[in-house]
Parts: sequence; structure tokens; C-alpha cells
Amino acid sequence: MADRIDLTLKVNGADHRVSVPPFARLLDVLREDLRLTGTKEGCGEGECGACTVLLNGRVVNSCLVPAVQVQGAEVVTIEGLADGENLSSLQAAFLTHNGAQCGFCTPGMLLSATDLINRCPNPSDDQIRDGLSGNLCRCTGYAKILDSVHAAAADGGAAR
Amino acid sequence: MRGYLPDFDVRVPASLGEALALLAQAPGTLTPLAGGTDLMVVYNAGRLKPTRFLDLSRIDELRGIREAAGAMTFGALSTFTDLRECAAVHRHFPNLVKSARATGALAIQNRGTLGGNIANASPAADTPPSLLAYGAEVELLSVRGSRRVAYDRFHLGYKVMDLAPDELVAAIHVPLPTGRGFHYFRKVGTRQAQAISKVCLAAWARVEGGVVADLRIGLGSVAPAPIRARHAEAVLLGQALATLPIEAAQAALLEDISPIGDIRATARYRSVVTRNVLGHMLRELATL
Amino acid sequence: MIGASSIRKEGRAKVLGTAIYTDDKFMPGALHGLTVRSEVPRGILRAIHFGEGIPWDEFTLVTAADIPGTNLVASVVDDQPFLIGIGEEITHSQQAVLLLAHADRHLAEKARRAVRLEIEELPAVLDIQSSLDLQTVIYGDNNLLKEIHIAKGDPDPVWAQAAHVVEGEYRTGAQEQMYIEPNAMLSVVEPRDGALQVTVWGSLQCPYYVHGALRQLFGLSEKQVRVVAMEMGGAFGGKEDYPSVNGGHAALLAWKSGRPVRLIYDREEDLACTTKRHPSRTRLRTAFDAEGTLLALEADFILDGGAYATLSPVVLSRGAVHAASVYRCPHVRIHARAVATNTPPPGAFRGFGAPQSLFAMERHMDICARKLGLDAVELRRKNFLRMGDTMATGQVIREDLDLASIMDRALAAIGYRDKRAAFAITNQEDGPIKRGVGFSVFMHGCGFTGNGESHVASVAGVEGLADGTVAVLAASTEMGQGKNTVFAQIVAETLQVPVEQVETAEVDTDRVPNSGPTVASRSTMMVGRILEDAASGFKQALVQQGFLAEPYTPESFRAAVAKAVATLGSLRCYGQYHRPPNISWNDVTYQGDAYPTYSWACYAAEVAVDLDTFEVKVADFAAVQEVGRVVNPTLAAGQIEGGVAQGIGWGLWEEVTMQRGRMVNNQMTNYIIPTAMDLPRMQVIFLENAHVGGPGGAKGIGELPMDGPAPAVVNALENALGALRLDEVPMTPDRLLDRCEEVSHG
Ligand SMILES: Cc1cc2nc3c(=O)[nH]c(=O)nc-3n(C[C@H](O)[C@H](O)[C@H](O)COP(=O)(O)OP(=O)(O)OC[C@H]3O[C@@H](n4cnc5c(N)ncnc54)[C@H](O)[C@@H]3O)c2cc1C
Ligand code: FES
Ligand code: FES
Repeated sequence: MADRIDLTLKVNGADHRVSVPPFARLLDVLREDLRLTGTKEGCGEGECGACTVLLNGRVVNSCLVPAVQVQGAEVVTIEGLADGENLSSLQAAFLTHNGAQCGFCTPGMLLSATDLINRCPNPSDDQIRDGLSGNLCRCTGYAKILDSVHAAAADGGAAR
Repeated sequence: MRGYLPDFDVRVPASLGEALALLAQAPGTLTPLAGGTDLMVVYNAGRLKPTRFLDLSRIDELRGIREAAGAMTFGALSTFTDLRECAAVHRHFPNLVKSARATGALAIQNRGTLGGNIANASPAADTPPSLLAYGAEVELLSVRGSRRVAYDRFHLGYKVMDLAPDELVAAIHVPLPTGRGFHYFRKVGTRQAQAISKVCLAAWARVEGGVVADLRIGLGSVAPAPIRARHAEAVLLGQALATLPIEAAQAALLEDISPIGDIRATARYRSVVTRNVLGHMLRELATL
Repeated sequence: MIGASSIRKEGRAKVLGTAIYTDDKFMPGALHGLTVRSEVPRGILRAIHFGEGIPWDEFTLVTAADIPGTNLVASVVDDQPFLIGIGEEITHSQQAVLLLAHADRHLAEKARRAVRLEIEELPAVLDIQSSLDLQTVIYGDNNLLKEIHIAKGDPDPVWAQAAHVVEGEYRTGAQEQMYIEPNAMLSVVEPRDGALQVTVWGSLQCPYYVHGALRQLFGLSEKQVRVVAMEMGGAFGGKEDYPSVNGGHAALLAWKSGRPVRLIYDREEDLACTTKRHPSRTRLRTAFDAEGTLLALEADFILDGGAYATLSPVVLSRGAVHAASVYRCPHVRIHARAVATNTPPPGAFRGFGAPQSLFAMERHMDICARKLGLDAVELRRKNFLRMGDTMATGQVIREDLDLASIMDRALAAIGYRDKRAAFAITNQEDGPIKRGVGFSVFMHGCGFTGNGESHVASVAGVEGLADGTVAVLAASTEMGQGKNTVFAQIVAETLQVPVEQVETAEVDTDRVPNSGPTVASRSTMMVGRILEDAASGFKQALVQQGFLAEPYTPESFRAAVAKAVATLGSLRCYGQYHRPPNISWNDVTYQGDAYPTYSWACYAAEVAVDLDTFEVKVADFAAVQEVGRVVNPTLAAGQIEGGVAQGIGWGLWEEVTMQRGRMVNNQMTNYIIPTAMDLPRMQVIFLENAHVGGPGGAKGIGELPMDGPAPAVVNALENALGALRLDEVPMTPDRLLDRCEEVSHG
């Protein structure tokens, strides 16, 4: 029987302390313990990317990360992208260019896109496709998502 | 999530020494955990037997990519992203970069490790063909000491490795290629990204005076484990680029492979496509 | 407002991550429900054994014996039980037998595995051919879930006299909707005023379907059941009829436990047990005169309907009506059957039977052109339906239809003539890459088939709110298609106020009337039209009761609404569907106006095939359609692009692999939908031609884009590779290799 661990981690800039089984998934820690339900579960097998978050600045599938490995880590979720009421330029672009249809892939998609624009401020279509290829979207055929990322890049990057 | 949480405990050693000591105490009862991109999938699906994990992720000795004495050493915890981001890897081992780029997508590449890719021993893994082509060696470590195994003798059968229960994969050493080199990598997956290989072929050749002086071909997904195409290599060694015996090599290749049919591809598909990809590779080699 | 690309209403919540999907709704004290399923395709359930090591007394358990009302899911035909009882027949591998719930979801999962079912196996029927063979009868006395005949003229005398007769057989596979949000339901059942009150929140397309199913399951009155549609992470038809099943399951557990229950499927379960597109087999026979004029058409169209009728009768009828496609033909005979097999029942998926029969016909037309030595473009041009022509059901085309110009536009967009000429030369070269272009021309009937709309008699309304804004009252659900926005645009247009002054009310059966299911591309055209009426009535009421004087500004309108609500307490206005004049349909003879109107399209694809690996890349794609007036161009383009992506996926990669009646590639890693790397940029072109029936002239667009891509892509493959047996989708690399080897081995 596994003992719970005391997990401290920083999520969207705020410190949290929770007691969880060592093999709780980061996804469940976020959704159930911290009630940050913006991060979605679409498969639990690392395939769909709906659970994408930034872990110490890198995109990861939170369904594949056990709690024990995020002790002391910094996590950014969809809830951390806007500055209060102000959407990030990517969020704004997804809104105006219909980059989100059903919206279920959107949180993960936005985190991957944020990471992409941070690394590569003016991406080509191919670079966007590569950067987002771990985020499956069934609604858009990706066209409006490409448009949204281009628009955000033209608008000065991920952050505003 | 179908794993039953209370069934899974974990030890988090702070150092390599502690990790090896723990493994030695009760060999076979601890499952090393690196990036978790293989283990967590099986765990989530409820198909992992109850176990205690040994979390390697905090062991800095297993990290880093270093160049020394004519070889490059990759710590077992090197991620695919580490490979993609290292200029020296691009310079010396373009196939490894391609393998890394072809593995899952970015989120997987940020977490998945080279050590995990090898030790998971999937026949469909994408760095093993490149490691085979470059003549890699695996460094294994236990309290009993360290030993090196040529990577082409590491996999012994389906999920069977020359790896004792108290050993860890510590590093992968790859000799720097010399001379006029030819590098080829091709993955045929179920789609263009986030795909499992149906066929994967990596090759490295050294060409001297228009002749194939050295050649290694690594294959994935066409045998119970990653393999060298030794029969095909033998047909090609010493041959002039101008007159490469492509068909003979393709015929010999059939002795190297033993593909199976599964939900991703038929055995027939794997065998035809491996042969075709070898042909493609050799036509490129011929134009070097 | 109509015609503007208004911003998605719920878009802000979606990009912020604050939109609440079913699994996001917090419910203190909720139990986690799970379903125990049979694993054999057919047999008699003899016993349920509860294994050791599980504190069973802590669990809520529900079996068929517990069901308070009727153990049949309300549907087109009520033949599917919610749960199979002891001694009853299991008819497919995913049949629910036992429901269990516990506060600890991990323990619940462990318990599920500890249950063992004792089943006496019976011989199973697992595919279309064995169902037709009748060696084993599993449904009625002939294994038929539904049979339809459509006849026009008499083809029989034509075959012998025609210059050419071409026959072909075509197959399409099952397809998974693969909405990214798996099926999810929450339920609370509590006593209220001495009676039961059942509430279900879920990811569902059709609240009133679930409402009806729950009433029947529990034997309750209308008021005792409440269904709320949460934000939905995609559906595509996959949450049309299935939610009546899992919604019922969640409610049963909530009722038995007295606690809130969450029933959230994981991906493996969702893939294995929920509905898919029906697999099909179509045999076509066509007769032409020497010039290529179509003289007669015979179609034998068969769907694999799985273990229960579910929606198969209506899927079949749409497929049958579309079987003759866009061609004028004096003599037509269509024989359509949905056959029963021991597989989990398929259901609705974007296109609803039409993609299957249209794939067959559009492949067949290319094959006919080759056999007749004619150009595929000209063969079609010669035979297109035009104004005044009669379709197979006797429906007369009353609009000024010009399919040739739709086709020419698509061919120009893809560069059809130049590319065909260029590829004819480059494909002769040695390299492994062969290129081709191909296209398909097709239509999609808008709204329900036949009398569907009259049966449903949809109602929708608008309501004034205290702050002077207006709410849309309709049970149509938002699944990403943009219904919230489009409805607001339609109502705003009628009221002549900015779209910001109109919101859609939460889809809660306690608040919104039954505007019918959110299916069949009917929401904009049908419900939109009703909303136009409701909004006009609303405005008139404001004027007549002296709250509003014309002309008015948005501000004065707002003030008028606020005052009316303050004075009257509430102000609502409803509209109801009226069958348009001159439209009639006979359900028995299948004659009449099958649909009030059709959307028309031509899709063209360019492909590159690698003959080393048999991988196919779609290099370019043009989608040209005439869909009446486009209410919101950005949202509409998004619908087309998403549909085309699914159509390409169905054509090339998406395969449901069945073994012993069970899907065995039920993981996202093994069921291959396209990633961003697998699709081209698409050209989406709308040719507007206002249709009188819909709001501001709009027709339906949701399903249309699913129909055209697969035949266009496969026709392009034939152009690249020559005459192979390209008669099936998905044309996976394995299958393409087989077809190439058939030719090389003779
Ligand atoms: C969505 C998805 C896509 C993927 N795509 C690909 C792909 O395209 N190509 C591909 O090759 N792989 C792919 N993988 C598989 C996986 O990412 C790789 O195999 C990865 O390299 C595993 O490394 P890890 O560190 O995550 O391993 P873990 O899951 O931590 O471990 C894997 C196995 O190796 C053992 N192990 C790990 N490190 C050591 C060590 N140092 N010593 C001894 N044993 C050790 C573990 O005990 C376990 O048995 C994919 C996985 C997912 C989820
Ligand atoms: S839920 Fe994590 S990748 Fe799908
Ligand atoms: S918007 Fe629905 S899955 Fe991407």
C-alpha cells in the first residue's frame, strides 16, 4: 500500500501543497485536487494532447506525469495564460479566427502554441504543424488553428 | 484511469549509488522509471502489474550529452528534445536527430528518454535503428560494477535484453563516424506525426574511393526486437557505388527480417516496404 | 448580422479554459459509476459472480432486475435493453450487464475487474454477408432491421438495349466519430413532493431524446425528468442516440444510491462500445447509351446495423435517397437494407448514410467514364440534374440548379486540366511518387428525411430578460458548430439589434422547448426559420402592447424589452415548424419530396502516392459548395474544413478493426485520425444562392463536407495509379499494396 506524499508545486504562479498518492497523475492533481478543470482528458495515453500543460517551461502530457515527479515543479495551465481579463494574443486570435470549435482540444492546443511562439516567434505553416502535431483536433481540420497562430505571431507573440 | 493507485509505490533515490543499492537489495522487485512515457500508458490502461517504481528522474549522473575520446556519450536520461537541441548531435549523428524528431510529438520528446526507449525494448522504437547504424554501445551499471555491451547484441528476443535485474542502463556511447559518411533514416509510421512505426530503417555508410567501405543498417518493427540487416550489409560491403547490387541486397534482406502482422500493418506490407525503403536508401547512396 | 463573421458566443470561455464540460462540473459527494459488459458477441447470461477482495457492501450495484420502468431504450424502434438480465440473450460484445458505483474511482475500477460473467455462448453473426446468408437468425425472422424500396420507371427492359452496362461493388468501413471529449454523464435522482425527480447533465446532442428515454426507463411524467446539455467537446452524431443509454445508466445508479453519480467513459471504453458510422456494401448497375447518357440505375445498398435497430432505419433511408446522387435518370430501382449483426450498434455520424452511398456512386461514375472511354468530367456534365428534372423519389428540382458551374469552379480551383496533363507525363518517370487529381459531385438533403420535421413539430422561442437583452430558447445544442452564434445572428437580424443583445439560454429541458434533435444539418435551416418567426412575433408583441415604437434604435429596443419584462413579469414568444406548401412525402412508397432542399457541391483532391511505402498524401483540396445564404462565413468555413478532414481520414486511414465482434484498435494510438501534419491547406468556396426555406436563405452545411472527400481522394488515386480495384475505404497503405499486387500478379 503506497503512502501519500506531500506535494508542493507552483501552478500558474501560486504555491500549492496537496497530499496525494505518489502515482496520482498530474492531470488528476490539477483537475481534482486543485480544481483547475481547464486541462482536459481525451485519452489518458499521451496521444491527444488535451491534457497538455507546461512543466518547468516545457510542454508535457499531464496524463503521463506521476505526482512524484513534479515535487517542487512549476506548472502553467490554461488558467494561467490570460492576464486577468486580458486574453493573451494567442487566446484572442483563437477567439477571432475560430481556432476553437468545440473547445475541448483548445486548452492543450493553446499551451502548445504558446510554447511554439515562445521558441519560434514567426513560425511557418510547417513549423506550426510540427509544433502542434501532438494535439489532436477533430473539429477544425487545423486550418483555423493555423490562421490563429499566424495572427497571434503577427500580433507580437504569445504573451501580451 | 484504470491503474489502482494504492498498488503502486515508489522509491526516489537521491543519487546513482543509492539507486543501485536499492536495486541490489531485492533484484527484480523495482521497476526503473525515467520519463514515464511508456510506463504511464500501460499503468493508465490498468495493464501494469502492481509494482514499486524506482524514480530515476532526479539522478543527475544519468543526464547529459558529452563528447570525449572519439565518441559521444548520452546519459540514459537524455530526452529526445536534448538530442534535437544539441548541435554536436546534428553534426555527427543526423539520423539520431531524425529519430528523435520522429518520436511521438513534442510533449513526448520532452519527457521520453533514450535509456527508456532502449530498455522498453519495443521492436517499434525509433532510436534503436539509428543506434544500430552508428555502432552504439550500452553501458550497464550495478553495484557489481559497470560493463559495456555492443548495442547490436543487447536485444536478445522479444522484450528480452542483456540486462540483469539489478542493472540500470547508465549511458549510450556512440563512436564519432569518420571519413566520407552517408546517413539515411526513414520511418514509415501510421501517419505523419504521433505515429508508431510500421517500418523503420536507419543506415550509415563510409565510402572510400567510390566503394562501400563500411556499412551498418538498423531496422525497426520487422523482427521481435530492433535488428541489424547483416545479410544485406554483407552483400553491399566492398561494392562500388556505381554498381550497387540493389536487388541482391533486397533479396538478402528477407533473410534478416521476420515481420509479423498486427493491427498496424500486415506482415506482407512490412516485408515489401522494408525492401522498398532499402532500395530507396541504396539509390540515394549511389548518388553520393 | 446574417452574413457577418460574428465571434463565437461561448468562445471566450473556451479559450480561457473556464467553459464547463460534463466532467468539469463539481458535485460534492458524487460516486463514480462504471459499467460491466459482456465480452462475447452472443450468448445467454447465466450468472454474475462477484470476486474476492472487494468490499462489495460499499458498492451500489444495478442489474436489469432493479429497473423501475421499462428496460428498453426509447428510440426509432424500442428494441435495445439498458441492461441484460440473467437468462436473457446477449447480442453484442459490449452489452451492459451490471452497473456499479463507489466513491473511490480507483476501487470502482478494481471492482469492475473482479466481476466475472457466466455466459453460455451462442453462434454469432459478425458481418453483412453472414447476416444475409441466414444460417443464423438473430433478429426477427430475416435479420433485417429495415428494408426500403425506391422505384422510378422500370430499369428491367433497359439493360438489354443499352449500349453500355457497368456493374460495380463498393464497400465502406465503420468510422469512429472521435470527438476529443469521451461520453460523459452526471445524474442526481431525488424525491421531490413525494415523487421522483431525475436530473441528468451530460455531453449530449439531443436533450429531448434523453428526456424521453429517462421517462420510459423510470416510468415518469414529463415534469419529473430534467436534462441539461453541458458544454460539449465534439459529437458529430456520436452523441445523438448513445446518450439515451449512458444517461439512463447514470440515472439508475443515482437512483439506487441516492447520491450524485458521475459516469465518465475513458477512451478505451468509448471506442469499444459507443456508436460508429455503419459499414456498407453497395452494388450498382448502370446503363448508358452510346453517347454516355444515363438510362437506368439499380442500387443494392446494405448497411451493417449491428445488434439493435437504433437509428439504422433513418440512416438507411438517407443513404437510400442519396444513392442515385446528382444524376438525371429515367429508370431507377434502389433496394436498401440494414442487416443485423452481433456487433455494438452503429449510429449517427456526420452524413448519416449518405457518405456510404455517395462514395459508391461517385467512384462508379469514374469507373463508368473509363469503361465508356469518356472523360469523367463530361460524363457527369451530360447527366447532371437540372431545374425541372425528377429525382428517384419523384421529387422535382424547383431551384435554378447549375451543377456544371459548381464542378467547373472546383476543377479550376485545383487546376484539374493542367495537373492531369502534367501528371500524365511525370508519372511515366521512374521515381516512386505518383500524382493524381480527382473529384466528386454530390448533394446533401437538408433536414430530416421525408416527414421527420412534421413528426417532431419543433418549437423554439425567444424570451426577454430583465436587462433588456433577449435569450434564444431552443433545445438545439452547441457542439462546436456555432449554433449559439448563428441563432443569435438570426434573431438579432430579425429584431434589428446588435448580436451582443442576444444570448442563447442554457439548454435545460426545464427552460427550453423541444426544437428537435441537433442533427441532420437542420439547426440553422429549420430551427433558425422557427426562430425568425418567434422573433418577429416577439417584436410585434412589444409593438402591439405599446412598449416599442418603430423605427427604433438598439438602445430603445433594449429599454422596451426591460420595461416589458418589468411590467409583465415575463415575455416569451414561440414559433413552431410548419410544413412548407407544395411539399409532400409518402413514408410507404418512398415517393415525394425527400428533403425541402439540398446543398450541392463538388470537391476536388490532388494526391501524391509513394509506391515505396503506399502512403498517400493529400497535396491540395478544393471544396466548392452551394449552401444557400451563408449566415457566418468564418464558422461555416470551419465546418467545411473539419468535415473534409474527417472525410479524408475515412478515405485513407480510419479503420475500425474488429475481432470476434469487438473493436481491437480501441486506443487513440491505433485508430488513426489526422494530425496537423497529415492535412493540406484547403480551399473552401461558397457559391451563394439564397434558398427560400431557411432564415435569410440559409441551407444546411454540417454534414455536406463529409460526403465528398473520400470519393474525390480515391478517384485521384485512380488517376495516379491507373485502373486498380479501388472499391473500398479506407484505402489504407496495406490495402493499396494489395490492390497494386493484384494487378502485377494478374
Ligand atoms: C503518445 C506516445 C507516442 C510515442 N511515440 C513513440 C515513437 O514515435 N517512437 C518511439 O520509439 N517511441 C514512442 N513512444 C514511446 C516512448 O515515448 C519511448 O519509448 C520513450 O523513449 C520511453 O522513455 P521513458 O523515459 O519515457 O521511459 P519509461 O516509461 O520511464 O520507461 C520505459 C521502460 O524502460 C525502463 N527504463 C527506463 N529507463 C531505464 C534505465 N535507465 N535503465 C533500465 N531500465 C530503464 C523502464 O523500467 C520501463 O520498462 C511514444 C509514447 C507515447 C505515449
Ligand atoms: S489525455 Fe493526455 S494526451 Fe490525451
Ligand atoms: S475544437 Fe473540437 S477538438 Fe479541436
